[in-house]
Amino acid sequence: MLKAIFEPGLFASEPVRVAVVVGGAVALVSAVVGVFTVIRGQSFAGHSLGDLGTTGGSGAFLVGANPLWGFVSFAILGAGAMELFGGRRPRARDMATGIVLGAGLGIAALFLYLGTTERNTTGATITILFGSMFVIRASMIPVFALLSVLALAIVALCYRPLLLSAVSQDVASARGVPVRTVGVLYLLAMAVAVSLSCVTIGAILSTAVLIGPAAAALRLTKRPGLAIFWAAVIGLAVTWIGIVLAYDSYYWPPAGRGWPVSFFVVALVLAVYLLADFASRHRARRAGARALASSEGPTAVAGRPRGPESTVLGAG
Amino acid sequence: MNGAFGSAARRNEVLSLDGVSLWLSGREILHEVTFSLHAGELTGLIGSNGAGKTSIFKVILGLEAPSAGRVLFAGQARPRRNRSIGYVPQSIGLDPDMPLRARDLVALGLDGDRFGIPLPSRSRRQLVDEMLEAVDARGFADARVGSLSGGELQRALIAHALIAKPRLLLLDEPLANLDIRSEQEVVALLATIAKQQRIAVLISAHEMNPLLPVMDRVVYVASGRAATGSTDEVVREDVLSALYGHHVDVLHVHGRILVVAGSDEVHHAEPESARTVVPRGLG
Repeated sequence: MLKAIFEPGLFASEPVRVAVVVGGAVALVSAVVGVFTVIRGQSFAGHSLGDLGTTGGSGAFLVGANPLWGFVSFAILGAGAMELFGGRRPRARDMATGIVLGAGLGIAALFLYLGTTERNTTGATITILFGSMFVIRASMIPVFALLSVLALAIVALCYRPLLLSAVSQDVASARGVPVRTVGVLYLLAMAVAVSLSCVTIGAILSTAVLIGPAAAALRLTKRPGLAIFWAAVIGLAVTWIGIVLAYDSYYWPPAGRGWPVSFFVVALVLAVYLLADFASRHRARRAGARALASSEGPTAVAGRPRGPESTVLGAG
Repeated sequence: MNGAFGSAARRNEVLSLDGVSLWLSGREILHEVTFSLHAGELTGLIGSNGAGKTSIFKVILGLEAPSAGRVLFAGQARPRRNRSIGYVPQSIGLDPDMPLRARDLVALGLDGDRFGIPLPSRSRRQLVDEMLEAVDARGFADARVGSLSGGELQRALIAHALIAKPRLLLLDEPLANLDIRSEQEVVALLATIAKQQRIAVLISAHEMNPLLPVMDRVVYVASGRAATGSTDEVVREDVLSALYGHHVDVLHVHGRILVVAGSDEVHHAEPESARTVVPRGLG
């Protein structure tokens, strides 16, 4: 039975071991950072950082450098640009993000075109856009670890100010929270998290591991600490199961060509989100039925027009 | 012994604005606004939309620096980070998915400005429970903040502000978007808080009638100017006419006050502002 799940040589394989360590770290960071991306309403910015990182990643590929540095430097530059042009109004922020993003993707298209035509290989395009955990060298592990710790440390440091400013920026700044500084620090953490997942999961799919586990965790709990915990657990689980499935898929009929890890991870993220969503709907229905059955039912329901039921519907 | 005999009013003074003017992008938003707030008193900051209420709040909170005049906190210049001011914003839209219970929101009032991760502590939890009790929020303490009704969220935010033991509580339009029952509950709660905890409470509202039974003092704002005193002293035709710069009618109807502020407000600081202040149900 176990042998059917873990195909021969799984744990002896060096690329698999590296993928388990690096993929795990990246999944953990993305999930934790992602909880705040979701509650701060910055999903669009998170996705854009990945696209901007692509510009750097493809540029690094063109000049023969390690794509990670390209991703990290361009995502951080992009975050800086968003902050500079954005200000605090959401519409201005989204517009600035969109403009920076468009320019970045255009340049990425050029770099990838030049890179692939010059070297006559399309593999790099696939690696940059869709990532590959199995081609990461073991020597890169310390770099991944350092960047992961940096992003997690920022979130831990700004935990309470981030929560308070997600509730209301005015309340936070009235209490003396340096809202802008906290926002910039968070953007930095997000840039690091996104570029790490760009290298492992791929630029296009990085949003899935940033937003997916966090969104599922928010369905499962109403406490901030637990939301982070569950997001981390889900992130780790989907990544590790994804690695095992990808390795196993080399043995699958008919051809035994092996499917990409990123596909499995993203498919699992979607499955977990749908499950969590279903569970919370189910719970809301049961809670609703209980409230109606109890004596004060009707007033309790009337007094809370945005109850758990509408919570589920509103998020679709 | 000299100077030890300040008047009672002066000793209780929590905050004073002294001739505060505010210019923003070339326009005068506030013109020599002067009033003071006292411990244990509930003050209504009354005016139509755009009259300058929010700007007065921003000046008190230190989010805008006055162009002229002074803001004094218990007779002193206001410190940069001030835990003595509790602030409850105008109805905030919270995402239903926000992973925060009412009790977490209250706890953030205690230490939401601190960096690092909080350690669970019994005294912290007890303080939060007491505060939830004080605003009658035990019933929904464990509900998501995004699922609370307007009145419930208002009470949670009041507890959030009160737990830091402020000397001054500012509430921006707390009665907007509330049904009549929640409105009465919130007004009664705020009056109790002011009296029992000896806090100065400042409530902004475009509609003064719900506050009439509990208001110790009114600051009436129009066109960036303010008049202050008891309701009887301020809400009079001569005072308000001087404030608006043209004739204003003040009508008393069944214990309610109706201010009809003409239609030719050429000197208005914000031309788009509402021209009449009409109590709900009579308009």
